[in-house]
Amino acid sequence: MGQVVWITIALATLTTVILLVLATPLAWWLARSRSWWKEIVAAVTALPIVLPPTVLGFYVLIALAPSSPLMDLFQPFGIRTLAFTFTGLVIGSVLYSLPFAVQPIRGAFEALGDRPLEVAASLRASPLDAFFSVALPLAARGFLTAAVLVFAHTIGEFGVVLMIGGAIPGKTEVVSIRIYQDVEALDFADAHRLAAGLVAFAFVVLFGLFMLRRRADERRDGR
Amino acid sequence: MIRFRLDGRFGGFRLDVQAEVPAHGVTALIGPSGSGKTSLLRCLAGLARVDGEVEVAGAVWQDAERFMATHRRGVGYVFQEPSLLPHLSVRRNLEFARRRAGEGPGPAFDETVEMLGVQALLGRSPGTLSGGERQRAAIARALLSRPTLLLMDEPLSSLDAAGKADVLPYLETLHRSLRLPVIYVSHDAMEVARLADRVLRIERGRLRGPATELAAARADPLALLDEAQVRALARAALAAGLAVESEHDPRST
Repeated sequence: MGQVVWITIALATLTTVILLVLATPLAWWLARSRSWWKEIVAAVTALPIVLPPTVLGFYVLIALAPSSPLMDLFQPFGIRTLAFTFTGLVIGSVLYSLPFAVQPIRGAFEALGDRPLEVAASLRASPLDAFFSVALPLAARGFLTAAVLVFAHTIGEFGVVLMIGGAIPGKTEVVSIRIYQDVEALDFADAHRLAAGLVAFAFVVLFGLFMLRRRADERRDGR
Repeated sequence: MIRFRLDGRFGGFRLDVQAEVPAHGVTALIGPSGSGKTSLLRCLAGLARVDGEVEVAGAVWQDAERFMATHRRGVGYVFQEPSLLPHLSVRRNLEFARRRAGEGPGPAFDETVEMLGVQALLGRSPGTLSGGERQRAAIARALLSRPTLLLMDEPLSSLDAAGKADVLPYLETLHRSLRLPVIYVSHDAMEVARLADRVLRIERGRLRGPATELAAARADPLALLDEAQVRALARAALAAGLAVESEHDPRST
């Protein structure tokens, strides 16, 4: 049971770290660009919210399967397939949780408005300097929300990980799938332990998030 | 000298201005609301872009070939509403400016803090300050970035009467003690009379004539004092046994 929890946490942590790095420039561009076609990109990144996980899982599985056009590109590096591997799971999770990272960060960047960046420029901060010293700290709430949503969403996903990972014990089997398999095998004791653990975990994460936000707001208001 | 010629559209509004003002003292830019005061200021700062040329004390900020970004211009900007960075304390707001300030002479940190009376505010968060306090901190911050030109966009207009009364004396002190050229947007004649050396008028995006000097009024220091102040000065002079020299500053009484 320890291994299945460990794989789940490793998957969620990796997905969160990768997504925060990938989503930040994308969210910045979506928040700041004035071109109309950015909305096409915005719609594409939001697709996983609407699509059933099995649809996304199906396409990612095909893309990661042996001799797919994508995998042909990786052939020279000795990678034939990523289907039913942990790496494949990470890729699927990143795509599946992308909107949960992009939306809050984009919202936080949009809420900034132009003024703080104009202030920074008038104080001789270059755009990159202003991004790191002004935009990022002011959007911290958005990043916190994104990180928690992505982490929790990855822990909670089922369809995508089942399609791409195939629930191979010790490799790609995560908690949510294990619970399903426990129930099918009538092992209610194990299912109970994992399910109750997830409930407690979800509560602690959300409660921690709300307390963090509260503290951040209090600090900003100088209380 | 500060020279600019700017011509361009902001939505349905056209800005078409050309002027040359000395690179010292306070130039007030006055005009009714919607006349283009802020647009002109933003173009000078590089926050907005239209065609034209901008040259400040020999440095070309904009011409046909180049457009220098705001952060390279060495321009200080005090916004209409106090714009301290909300995630930083007052001290760290000021340090934000000082760390990135250019080379060359400029007021020291302590001196600036004292000049604007923000010593007691340094440890506070911007959210806890009154409007007037915030604006004073924002002005101190602009000065600490050691600008070659300070632009002030109606720094008092968002403040209530108490806030105005709080900030105005500090602006007068700055005007007396700084050599930095300032362009000061206002629509308040009283403010302009107290703070400006010359006036540029703008109406519907166009300047009405060249800058008018207010120097005549200032050549006679008594002309800027009211009767009570003149009496106080006279009393002080008598009390000192009429031993006052001409360098005596009437405002210190």
